[in-house]
Amino acid sequence: MAEPLLDIRGLKTWFKTDDGMVRAVDGVDLHIDRGETLGVVGESGCGKTVTARSVLKLIDMPPGRFEAGQILWQGRDLIPLSMEEMDKIRAKEIAIIFQEPMTSLNPVYTVGDQIAEVIALHQKLSRKQAIAGAAEMLRLVNIPNPQRRVHDYPHQFSGGMRQRVMIAMALSCQPKLLIADEPTTALDVTIQAQILELMQEMKERFGMAIMLITHAMGVVAETCQRVTVMYAGNVVEEASVEALFGDPRHPYTQGLIRSIPRVDRSAEKKQRLEAIAGTVPNLLEPPPGCRFAARCKFAMDVCTQAVPPLKEVGPGHYVRCVL
Amino acid sequence: MAGSTPASLSASAPAAAPAARKAQRFSPWHEAWRRFRRHKMALFSAVALFLIVFGVLAGPFLWPVAINEIDFAAKLQGPSWAHPLGTDDLGQDLLARLIYGGRISIAVGVAAMVVAIFFGLLVGAIAGMSSGRVDAALMWVTDLFLSLPQLPLLLLVIYLFREPVKGVLGVEGGAFVLIVAVIGGTRWMSAARLVRAQFLSLREKEFVEAARALGASKLRQVVQHILPNALGPVIVVATIDIAAAIIAESTLSFLGLGFPSDVPTWGSVLRDAKDYLDIAPHWALFPGSLIFITVLAINFIGDGLRDALDPRRVL
Repeated sequence: MAEPLLDIRGLKTWFKTDDGMVRAVDGVDLHIDRGETLGVVGESGCGKTVTARSVLKLIDMPPGRFEAGQILWQGRDLIPLSMEEMDKIRAKEIAIIFQEPMTSLNPVYTVGDQIAEVIALHQKLSRKQAIAGAAEMLRLVNIPNPQRRVHDYPHQFSGGMRQRVMIAMALSCQPKLLIADEPTTALDVTIQAQILELMQEMKERFGMAIMLITHAMGVVAETCQRVTVMYAGNVVEEASVEALFGDPRHPYTQGLIRSIPRVDRSAEKKQRLEAIAGTVPNLLEPPPGCRFAARCKFAMDVCTQAVPPLKEVGPGHYVRCVL
Repeated sequence: MAGSTPASLSASAPAAAPAARKAQRFSPWHEAWRRFRRHKMALFSAVALFLIVFGVLAGPFLWPVAINEIDFAAKLQGPSWAHPLGTDDLGQDLLARLIYGGRISIAVGVAAMVVAIFFGLLVGAIAGMSSGRVDAALMWVTDLFLSLPQLPLLLLVIYLFREPVKGVLGVEGGAFVLIVAVIGGTRWMSAARLVRAQFLSLREKEFVEAARALGASKLRQVVQHILPNALGPVIVVATIDIAAAIIAESTLSFLGLGFPSDVPTWGSVLRDAKDYLDIAPHWALFPGSLIFITVLAINFIGDGLRDALDPRRVL
């Protein structure tokens, strides 16, 4: 296979706290190919967001630090780059959108000014051209009346519209990779669907790859080609969407899939919705063996002794489990 | 998925939009002005302050009487047509002196505010953006300044530096610079604390993070994204600082440590008047009222601005 667009190898992002080292991301391997959508799933606190922010080096250092690993962007390691060099990659090559559209826009500037700022940061354009570019981006993300809306302030937009503006801002320099950190979590369901559809449309138009971070398995099933399941700072399973939903191997993935509410099933069999018992382990002193062992129904003695390696169980399907 | 919802959204919106659009096309500053206008006292104060400022600026042209013209025949007179605000013990025209004094008092107030806000912004911004030792050290210095007794310090500094500064900048210019520096230099702390608190909360806001993620440098994040959002409360403090500086200048002049005694300021006219309170009350009444009205008006304006620029309502 050709060189992946982004290749994260053995990334460890740790945070120094008063209580000790928090191993938020502890040896993550994942890669994204050109033009594909990779879903990164897992429950809150499993290191998804820290992984995403590590890619753009948005981690505050201190307290955070890269303990080990490489982040290869088109073959070039980002970790040793200076902040000035990172500024050139941000937005132009890799862009990110966040979870909170309501507060991700600066209230004192018009949305046009904010999109234009990003454009002007990376391209040499006059203000007028940049504003025109901003209006064009607003049109692309389906904001009605873009020529006028470009002069409006964020408080005049609804949550879904602001997320569209954020997408317009992130895509204004046509990045090769868009990292979407739970882009729809704060929105209601119909708007979620619109935003996901818009991202899909933009992906096809610009031919970029998307790293979609979410905890909604339904979103993953509809939008992604490949999925990486994370648990407590580790990748526990990686597979194509079909393989993951058709044949989940890791007990954690199985639990995640079973915890999706299904209207048809529960009505027929009067089943209770299944949940995974317990909570994510403390990342301060993670248990020595498999991190999921404490919550796993199939845990054996061997599970608590050493972290099992990722093993290939099918083409492109990897699982970190002894089963 | 939601099918063609975006398309239908854009199809139906233009029809509904135009009516609502005209009414809501306001920037946050328009919004603030709209709220400020509702604050009756603040609006009234703004008009009063404007009249006073206009008066002291245009006064010498409308009332071209020399401030130092001594006329013993007309000393300590009450208000009359020849001297609308009366005269002092040397028969000098009080209106002309108060117009001239107002220029100095207000200029000192504004200049001292600029100095105080500049240092406050600088210290507060650096402290707010850097964490750990730099922040702690700057706040330690701020606390140190806050704990110094202001008036004795003012007296000491002016006593020590009056002569050297006078040598460099002349009598009046030297006094102005020294007074502004001293008042501004002892009043920046509240602004610094405020700015630091604003920065600490604003730098964690998502829009700053988003700007950073899209390639804005540190300086750009501060100047472009954090500072404008922190400005509201700073403007409020700035207005109140003007009032405090006018009072401080009056105090210094009253104690004889402000401008040279032949240069009238509101405070020094008041000082000269104090020995004649029983026979010429008008002499003290007019400068006192001017200080009172100006300071009160500025405070009311600050109040109005606080309501108008309340960040929770702007956001």
